[in-house]
Amino acid sequence: MLAGGHGPGVQLAMKLLTAVAESEDAPRLIEIEGAHIDGCLFHGQSGIDLAKALARGDSRVRVPTTLNVASIDMLHPELFRGDPELARKSRELTDTYVGLGCQPTWTCAPYQLAQRPSRGQQIAWGESNAIVFANSVLGARTNRYGDFIDICCALTGRAPLTGLHTDEGRFGSIEFVVEVDDHLLDLDVFYPILGYLLGHRAGMEIPVITGLDERATEDRLKALGAGAASSGAVAMFHVLGVTPEAPDRATAFGGANPVETITLGTPDFSRAKEDLSTGAGPLGAVSVGTPHMSLSELKTLASVAEGQVTQVPFFVNTARDVLSEAERAGIVGSLDEFGATVVTDTCTYITPIIGDVAGVVMTDSAKWAHYAPANLGVEVVFASLTECVLSAIEGRVVVTDEWR
Amino acid sequence: MIKAKVLIRGDADGDGLRLDEPLSFWGGVDPVTGVIVEERHPQHGEVITGKILSMAHGRGSSSSSAVLAEALRLGTGPAAIVLDQIDSILVIGALVAGELYGATCPIAVSGAEIRTGERWTLSGESLTKAES
Repeated sequence: MLAGGHGPGVQLAMKLLTAVAESEDAPRLIEIEGAHIDGCLFHGQSGIDLAKALARGDSRVRVPTTLNVASIDMLHPELFRGDPELARKSRELTDTYVGLGCQPTWTCAPYQLAQRPSRGQQIAWGESNAIVFANSVLGARTNRYGDFIDICCALTGRAPLTGLHTDEGRFGSIEFVVEVDDHLLDLDVFYPILGYLLGHRAGMEIPVITGLDERATEDRLKALGAGAASSGAVAMFHVLGVTPEAPDRATAFGGANPVETITLGTPDFSRAKEDLSTGAGPLGAVSVGTPHMSLSELKTLASVAEGQVTQVPFFVNTARDVLSEAERAGIVGSLDEFGATVVTDTCTYITPIIGDVAGVVMTDSAKWAHYAPANLGVEVVFASLTECVLSAIEGRVVVTDEWR
Repeated sequence: MIKAKVLIRGDADGDGLRLDEPLSFWGGVDPVTGVIVEERHPQHGEVITGKILSMAHGRGSSSSSAVLAEALRLGTGPAAIVLDQIDSILVIGALVAGELYGATCPIAVSGAEIRTGERWTLSGESLTKAES
């Protein structure tokens, strides 16, 4: 591949991959079984230039490869309120990636698709929340791949053997002891806050969380990981007794002692919950589903919203495949009656869909709360899904006493 | 002179800019202006252009590579990046900018305590602070 026998595009991919592997002191490249590409979201001309350079010589991905969100909702293009030139560039970029043989999945939650990696599989995934979920919850093995290197891995079917691809690179190294009022563990909103705290305090270490139990469901671990990978660089965490590589302490830490043990109490969580909000005032809009909502989350939303009507624009982000499942499950009708706008293929914090809002935007996502203020210039109120729905119904920010 | 581990080889000099927290280039830096736009970041409002940018490591989005490449394409990127710990997301961003546009941004890992305002030179594996 490096000599050019597979064409100039694959040659460039291998050249870049080799340079990264050398910078990481990787002993060799390994074969991978799948890839997830973050580079299909438009950030500027360089993304298009690289994708086209990689496509030269009819390059095709060598492993099953899914695509992350794009800048526009291609199922509902009328939702886009930005510069038509941006939409055109986005199309040019996404068409190039599809031309490379990637699957047009357009989701940041590829782990919610029918096919997903299994424990021990070597993969190369981009998208920070997907990376942390694949490692932590599925037990698949990926490092933090950024835009551009993800597609180089897919085109060569290779990745550098370092870090989370190795047995010893996956052991926990820092301990987080959760000691909170027990009822908080019943709340969905608790988990993204835990993630947000983890990201700030874990640095490049791999956290082992103790003090959680089976209430840490897949959807909650998703929100935890997304928070941790926004406020920090967390690519993997263990939850003792819950996640697949942490059945007991010795296994989770690889027999070693943690470099640090940090205890998190209820006041830490209450403070972090407040930090995730940037403002107050009248309610302008609501956005949920970052990362993209799963079918079970959509069902929860539909049941909370049933028979009610939102007073403000209410956005629900999900994958087109999950939306199809939701249609088959018969829950899209109640979301329509509620007045929700379903967004697929993209997400409201990365592209102009919400538009000008007269007031704060409420969200149940730590990731949305982290990025949206700078990306969209909005003030955000972080709250539970129930609070988001109740607030939408009343047309003002409603805080329940569920946290107390 | 302080030794550095080279991730991307090159020479650069410029004013140091030390970040008190890791930075996600995506959502954290405007590649058109080179300004740090993440409101919760301690160095919010600082300009990274032409700086010897020093931080513990990156964080957040895996699109940080694309934003770094875009900043280098537009000429708003840092002169060099000096990390406490390796971060391959930044490495690929700088590699691609070099490959496509010939834009250079050497990246090194070093324990050098680079402080904002000091002038530093990175030359291969050597980091040197200018005498004031």
